[in-house]
Amino acid sequence: MTANLSALFYLISGILFILALRGLSSPETSRQGNYFGIAGMAIAIIVTFLSVGNFGEGFIYVIVFLIIGGSIGAFIAFRIPMTAMPELVAGFHSLVGLAAVFVAISAFLKPEAFGLGNIGNIKLASLIEMSLGAAIGAITFSGSIIAFLKLRGIMSGSPITFKGQHIINLFLGLMIIGLIFYLCISQSNNIFWSIVMISFLIGILLIIPIGGADMPVVISMLNSYSGWAAAGIGFTLENTALIITGALVGSSGAILSYIMCKGMNRSFFNVILGGWGATDQSSNTKSKEQKPVKSGNADDAAFLMKNASSVIIVPGYGMAVAQAQHALREMVDALKKNGVKVSYAIHPVAGRMPGHMNVLLAEANVPYDEVFELEEINNDFANCDVAYVIGANDVTNPVAKSDPQSPIYGMPVLDVEKSKSVLFVKRSLSSGYAGIDNDLFYRDNTLMLFSDAKKMTEEIVKSL
Amino acid sequence: MEIDPFIFRLSIFILSIFVGYYVVWSVTPSLHTPLMSVTNAISSVIIVGAIIAALAGSSEKIFETSNIFGFLAIVLAAVNIFGGFLVTQRMLQMYKKKKK
Repeated sequence: MTANLSALFYLISGILFILALRGLSSPETSRQGNYFGIAGMAIAIIVTFLSVGNFGEGFIYVIVFLIIGGSIGAFIAFRIPMTAMPELVAGFHSLVGLAAVFVAISAFLKPEAFGLGNIGNIKLASLIEMSLGAAIGAITFSGSIIAFLKLRGIMSGSPITFKGQHIINLFLGLMIIGLIFYLCISQSNNIFWSIVMISFLIGILLIIPIGGADMPVVISMLNSYSGWAAAGIGFTLENTALIITGALVGSSGAILSYIMCKGMNRSFFNVILGGWGATDQSSNTKSKEQKPVKSGNADDAAFLMKNASSVIIVPGYGMAVAQAQHALREMVDALKKNGVKVSYAIHPVAGRMPGHMNVLLAEANVPYDEVFELEEINNDFANCDVAYVIGANDVTNPVAKSDPQSPIYGMPVLDVEKSKSVLFVKRSLSSGYAGIDNDLFYRDNTLMLFSDAKKMTEEIVKSL
Repeated sequence: MEIDPFIFRLSIFILSIFVGYYVVWSVTPSLHTPLMSVTNAISSVIIVGAIIAALAGSSEKIFETSNIFGFLAIVLAAVNIFGGFLVTQRMLQMYKKKKK
């Protein structure tokens, strides 16, 4: 296959990838979009085989390894529970990152196979592209591993900070740039390996200071990095499909990070430079005295909701932890039978990754047209009889609107307190991730339901 | 004067960033998780580089160092391609409209 013809086919697969993302604009077109993506990938792989044109023994090994990887991937895809989606995505990011590193290493060791020159005499542009690709890939890999360990609970989700952290990161970052310059002059193997190793280290250092609830930003950011790494390799290999895909994925991740940061009213750097837990000092200690709290049981809750005309459900990360989505759907079904109008309100940063709650609700067969985003539904709380808060906390805290001293001041929150009564399912009165007390607990129209999210919901179903 | 092919690739890259920007803003927020898993899958098109790396060189020596890195990258990218597309498919199957 000539180089021109294969370049055209790579362009086609790039376009199919664009269509794959375009399909996600609505759930109806999304499945078709996914098929476009698969077709694009198939074209890219077949064209590569034809243009390399080496169908000897090596080709058989390629197929074997492809099948090994493919079966592992398929096995994971079918077995993974939907609640584990954040760590799965983090794990997958790490694989893209490592694959980019391996391809860059291979290109460095055997540049003639890629048409980049000879060992010790690699083209300058290629050298810069491949070392950037390798560096970003390595950061993606080790960063995603840390994110994976934190999400999986193997590593503590609380931020790990130490003195001089940011200065070390800055120093290492500058060192990589310096080494890339030096690599261009010396073409030395050792320099190349040092760049890869230091990048691994940066990835780790970059993610350990970030706390659990900031994970939506981290995952989106690593998503973006994996794209830029792919683009870097795309420039090295002079491959259009890779360049297009890298740019798409890179900008996609960047936009998601932006949306997540906006959902928390924080700047990107504020998130990257360390967790909330460290900066909080004021509101936590002063108001720990006993304020009156109304608490109730499942029967009270069932009575309230049965007699309501409209109920809004506010799910959060706690629902995912307790796996309460199926019980929740049963409860809603029972309410609907009683003629109650039910909808769901999702905060942009609810859960551990963008869209986390939507997937869990979809898994529990909740129709997606009953699920609303913050801006769509926030005005409806004023007209709603009961708000059922399950596993969410900070995203409902009215302090964000009233107290300029609060660390979460200015963050968009769901106006839960405006509904006639609030049912708040929570195990205790402890504060949320941000480490601040939720004013909502002490309001007259709030009824606390102290229990596990799943257990409480199941009990309510029984008494309905 | 002839234009360096690098400039062409850079143009493609920058235009693709713009395409990505507009396409991703049109993605509905409820599908952000599938968006992440599908971008994951498509970024594994890096397998193209892995295949070239694995098949580079003479047919007598299939497992030179550079080839081995290629083969490893093939396995990693293949996990991602199959895993990414299938898990996206599985998620998208679950999004259903209200039965009227």
